[in-house]
Amino acid sequence: MDAVVIESLEPLIAELRSRGFAVVGPVVRDGAIRFEEIASAGRLARGVTDDQEPGRYRLRETGDEMIFSFAASPDSAKRYTQPPRQALFRMRGERIEEAEEEAPRIALLGVRACDLAAIGVQDRVFLGGRHPDPAYRLRREALLLVAVNCAVPGGTCFCVSMGTGPRVTAGHDIALTELAAPHRFVVEIGSERGEEIVRALPRAPASARDQADAEEVSRTAAGRMGRQVETEGIQERLSAHDSPRWQQVGARCLTCANCTMVCPTCFCTTVEDSTSLADGTAERVERWDSCFTLGFSEVNGTPVRGSNPGRYRQWLTHKFSTWIDQFGMSGCVGCGRCITWCPVGIDVTEELANLP
Amino acid sequence: MISHPMTPVVYRVRSRRPDRVDTVTLTLEPLRGDCPPFLPGQFTMLYAPGVGEIPVSISGRSRSGGYAQTIRAVGAVSAALCGKRPGEVVGVRGPYGHGWGVPAAAGLDVVVAAGGLGIAPLRPVVRALLAGRDRYGRVSVIAGARSPATLMYPRELARWSRQGADVQVIVDHPDHAWHGPVGLVTRLVDRIVFEPRRTHAFVCGPEAMMRATAEELLRRGVAPARVELSLERNMKCAVVRCGHCQFGPLFVCEDGPVLGYDRAGPMLAVAEL
Amino acid sequence: MDEQAPRLAVWKFASCDGCQLTLLDCEDELLSVAARLEIAYFLEASSAPGPGPYDLSLVEGSITTPEDLERIRHVRRVSRRLVTIGACATAGGVQALRDFAGVKEFASVVYARPDYIATLDRSTPISAHVPVDFELRGCPIDRRQLLEVISAFLAGRRPVVPAHSVCVECKARGNVCVMVAHGTPCLGPVTQAGCGALCPSFNRGCYGCFGPMESPNAAGLNHWLRGLGMSTPELVRIYRTYHATTEPFQRAAEEAEEHG
Repeated sequence: MDAVVIESLEPLIAELRSRGFAVVGPVVRDGAIRFEEIASAGRLARGVTDDQEPGRYRLRETGDEMIFSFAASPDSAKRYTQPPRQALFRMRGERIEEAEEEAPRIALLGVRACDLAAIGVQDRVFLGGRHPDPAYRLRREALLLVAVNCAVPGGTCFCVSMGTGPRVTAGHDIALTELAAPHRFVVEIGSERGEEIVRALPRAPASARDQADAEEVSRTAAGRMGRQVETEGIQERLSAHDSPRWQQVGARCLTCANCTMVCPTCFCTTVEDSTSLADGTAERVERWDSCFTLGFSEVNGTPVRGSNPGRYRQWLTHKFSTWIDQFGMSGCVGCGRCITWCPVGIDVTEELANLP
Repeated sequence: MISHPMTPVVYRVRSRRPDRVDTVTLTLEPLRGDCPPFLPGQFTMLYAPGVGEIPVSISGRSRSGGYAQTIRAVGAVSAALCGKRPGEVVGVRGPYGHGWGVPAAAGLDVVVAAGGLGIAPLRPVVRALLAGRDRYGRVSVIAGARSPATLMYPRELARWSRQGADVQVIVDHPDHAWHGPVGLVTRLVDRIVFEPRRTHAFVCGPEAMMRATAEELLRRGVAPARVELSLERNMKCAVVRCGHCQFGPLFVCEDGPVLGYDRAGPMLAVAEL
Repeated sequence: MDEQAPRLAVWKFASCDGCQLTLLDCEDELLSVAARLEIAYFLEASSAPGPGPYDLSLVEGSITTPEDLERIRHVRRVSRRLVTIGACATAGGVQALRDFAGVKEFASVVYARPDYIATLDRSTPISAHVPVDFELRGCPIDRRQLLEVISAFLAGRRPVVPAHSVCVECKARGNVCVMVAHGTPCLGPVTQAGCGALCPSFNRGCYGCFGPMESPNAAGLNHWLRGLGMSTPELVRIYRTYHATTEPFQRAAEEAEEHG
């Protein structure tokens, strides 16, 4: 199906909801763009943009009618693909019962090319190895991805460097490009499921001008990256285990784990065991963990990575280098969240640039 | 739906043999069906219900086909596992991991070096070597312990000696009855006979002991790739998803725990890797 | 009730009773606790003090009087496991602010007859006087964590009480960082989790009432907080609250003064 144009998101949201999807889209809440369930397009953020820099995020009103004029939200798709806390099983007596898998159908409206790339990375981690995760698969299959081509990258974005954006090329069901004057959306299809939905919408074929305008959006966005990373030779640079740079960044790093929590690809977890006070039933849950905690590397009571520099080096090296050895792809998609949401503004692109 | 990789299978404790004051060997059998096959050097994740789960190497197969696993009570989970009595149940996942390269030792002299409880994952190696004794050159087993009271498998060490291995033991803190050598396992490397360029070594114990032993073997001329170690790292899943056991580019749960010193040596030399 | 049920005791030293009330606040779960444990000594809930020994003693409050010193040794003697609950018992509490000034001076200002007051110069945690099996943080403690400590005691496992930062919980809960998005100073990055990121969930900065996390870098945080406009006295004050005399927070306040 060729690209089409729609004038409003209302019919799309209604169509998704009628198909049993909870539609999760960008709204303004707590001074940020958050992703939450919406019932209509009226709830979507409108006329706001975000200013992002290391350790700082602010919304700013633009007064225009545009909905998607912002960059990465603090929320990524990870919350839906890999919830922060998941029950694994219960054990009572000699019986183990696996947690019942529930995967409500969710349509994520407004994910970006970097987010799609991140989902691709997580797919590789949770489904690509010898121990595929059936619960992840269920959640993943219940997820419909309505992507939006980035128009206004943030000050901490570097998807162009990581080869993941700004234009959506894969992993989506539907891709939108928001255009102004007149306000409209160019719609491209990424899957059969997506096509079925778009066919049900009031639409017009995209004109040559619509398509040219849409391409211009991505071209302009690509030229406005706030950050960049030289990926050539990056594994070699990250093999400098003894660089004094690690000590310098380690002195700034709070080891608070925020970067790993906001990262859309960081997948590390730990498990917690509990016992019911009422009847002694044992339960095991898996929850987000971080390589910045001391318990993460603890062996016989002593952490392998006890120092701040050691833990920072592990995070950066894994993300940009050893991930490639492990999964055949970089762990970084260039969304910039770790830079913006570091409470003391540590910038991975700067750290990488300063390695020998 | 296929089972989640984090879901254990319920096993029953068939027997419990106290080895040392804080160490026991349990044999475990599934409630239904058979134990999956294992390779020497592989491990399982053992779950003490409601307490937690830890990686434990498989130290042998019982006569009835179960896993023999030796556990030292050092934390809450291992203490709970050590306290399990015959008839009680535990959870088992696995076996997991890349085991010892026993076939690679064919035709060569073999050095098996163990420190403390490190002998547990090496026990199936020695048994395999002695079961096919004529396929190998000299077989030497050197084992160290903190004290005579913590030396593991003393009867088995004697049996291995009768079955054609040169078995030497050393302790760090002797008691009045000890007449053997005193010090670290590395000291025993000088007391055994092997042709360095035609030798394969299996080393397991505390990390410092493994590095010192490997370096000593290398100094004697054994090739780094022919010295295998079994690494220990924090491990919550054993199925490449928790991320805890990363060691440079490797996941110890899948790429290890057994690694050649050619790969492990340079990485072990990096602090906090 | 099972004759063999482990016996629980709850003891109070210098404190506001808030942590003991957390146990009463457990409502539904309290019945389960009472079914599994004999609550043998708990003045807050019953007026009948039971005789020792006790399998698990929960101790609230700090040591501030000579009489406390004697009593905590007694508590230790009659307890198989001793768990401190709350900032007072674990770190000396807000009353440890007296350590930074003369307690006699305070007493003369507060009391009509200061000579009636028998008090020590410092407010000290329980661990300064007797061995402690586990310290549960918080001002007040978190009820889920308290139930976890009791469950873990019954199951013989290490309590799941992570020592990492509040940020881990805050992000898992889905909060927006108040420091990054609003410029609100927050001690979350240097404070131990456990509260469920309560204050940031209401758009307030963390006050640090669970004390320093496992590897606090307060110097790194202070540098940034100054950039957000905090003055030296403000920095000193945020660290001198519930855990003023805990080494990392004490050093954090001193560091702020040195660089002021």
